[in-house]
Amino acid sequence: MKARKVTDGLVKVFVWLCAGITAALLIWILVYIMSRGLPHVTWEYLTSKFGGDDHGIYPMIVSTLCLVGLTLLFAAPVGVFAAVYLVEYAKPGKLVNVIRFATECLSGIPSILFGLFGFIFFVQICNFKFSLLSGALTLALMVLPTIIRTTEEVLKTVPVSYKEGSLALGANKLYTLFRITLPSALPGVLTALILSIGRIVGETAAVFLTAGMVYRVPKSIFSSGRTLAVHLYAIANEGFSFDECFATAAVLVVLVLLINFAADLAGKLLIRRLGGGQPN
Amino acid sequence: METILSAEKLNLYYSDNHALKDITLPVPKGQVTALIGPSGCGKSTFLKTLNRMNDLVDGVRVAGLVTLDGEDIYAPDYDVVGLRKRVGMVFQKPNPFPMSIFDNVAYGPRIHGQRDKKALREIVESSLKGAALWDEVKDRLNKSALSLSGGQQQRLCIARVLAVGPEVLLMDEPTSALDPISTQRIEDLIEELKGRYTIVIVTHNMQQAGRISDRTAFFYRGDLIEWGETDTLFQTPADKRTEDYITGRFG
Ligand SMILES: Nc1ncnc2c1ncn2[C@@H]1O[C@H](COP(=O)(O)OP(=O)(O)OP(=O)(O)O)[C@@H](O)[C@H]1O
Ligand SMILES: [Mg+2]
Repeated sequence: MKARKVTDGLVKVFVWLCAGITAALLIWILVYIMSRGLPHVTWEYLTSKFGGDDHGIYPMIVSTLCLVGLTLLFAAPVGVFAAVYLVEYAKPGKLVNVIRFATECLSGIPSILFGLFGFIFFVQICNFKFSLLSGALTLALMVLPTIIRTTEEVLKTVPVSYKEGSLALGANKLYTLFRITLPSALPGVLTALILSIGRIVGETAAVFLTAGMVYRVPKSIFSSGRTLAVHLYAIANEGFSFDECFATAAVLVVLVLLINFAADLAGKLLIRRLGGGQPN
Repeated sequence: METILSAEKLNLYYSDNHALKDITLPVPKGQVTALIGPSGCGKSTFLKTLNRMNDLVDGVRVAGLVTLDGEDIYAPDYDVVGLRKRVGMVFQKPNPFPMSIFDNVAYGPRIHGQRDKKALREIVESSLKGAALWDEVKDRLNKSALSLSGGQQQRLCIARVLAVGPEVLLMDEPTSALDPISTQRIEDLIEELKGRYTIVIVTHNMQQAGRISDRTAFFYRGDLIEWGETDTLFQTPADKRTEDYITGRFG
């Protein structure tokens, strides 16, 4: 009995220690970046251009936001409806298994390969040049597996009894999908999108091979653009001051938090409009 | 006695499992018909053939005839949406949608094209009154339906079905997940609804069948062993298996 208690205690300490170290590391990194970066983040830094005497990051912020928006515009609907097809419509069998296997493989491919593919296919063959469009299409391919897999999982957790109830009232499959299934799955879909946003914002290799590195404010989706992560990579490479790197990093972190917050809010509003969601 | 729904030589197969065998059973209009029988004998399956909810199961094959007002509901061009509007279903586990009480009840009318706010409010009120739930929820129609108790949820599900204006209510063990008081309220409700609606109810509770039904049908291993007036069937069962089942010797 006594030995058992001691082991229990040791395991508990060990678990707490692991959790503590992880949390502490994370907080330390964040605090470190913020404390070194934020003091250099001025209004001017955020709103001025880059190049010549200017050292601002305004163009990079715009490019990053555009790239995130454009990528999700492509990836979210395709991913969600692919998942809907796989879960709700496709007959289980070989084809579905092949698709599932393919998505799994895709999610394991290093991003640089997506970058090379995007460079050859979108930039050269489709002749979209280095542009936000090429970048977004490439990144969309990259995050698609995550969106499909996660959405599939949440769709499977929507209780069959909801769907039965809807169909028994005379609703057809499509009506049930939009009124019952998707609203119930929305929180999970949102998680998938937020994970994707993280990957898009943090990606470098696949971005500069397709969207380029030009540090101007993009005029349209056919303009090339430099995202914050690519910018960080570039200035770190070119031996700019560390202060500037940390300032960019701090902005990157804040931007990710803001985008996630906005996505979460948008999702909640959408859920309320569709009438699904949690008990209140 | 007028028959509203009727099965004739109905057979149903789940792939190669012959789940319903030559069932012939008329359902009298305005009465309560109880389906009883041991677990797995095909009661739920039979109930689901009456509003074609079996269509959703892969590999189901139906042979024979089911008619509603004399029309074959399995005819290729039969309007299934219209069928489910006329023949509503209440499930064993209360399954309110994760939305407000109001939206739950308005769900059906909205499917069928009712958009007018005032009309919807009236339908919601009369349906909730019809399901004896109005007084308990009238002050919180915008609250989530999931915040209701199990018994209230089941009455909400009944209200939701009433809102589309059905003629027949199919109920699959509607009280088996409820406590005795909630069960009593549902039974009272069924008492109130009968006459205006035709009710077919599956139950495992012999006393319940005895209390609320006019007619009872006994199923056993996919066969319909016998059916008739509830009192007659319970007092003088024609078949040995019926007698054994209602006296609790097996099941
Ligand atoms: N979706 C299904 N797919 C395949 N077989 C099924 C399905 N549903 C029911 N069955 C089979 O059909 C037979 C009848 O089942 P059913 O659910 O109708 O019984 P029941 O009388 O309602 O039982 P219970 O009292 O336990 O609810 C059983 O053998 C069951 O295994
Ligand atoms: Mg059953």
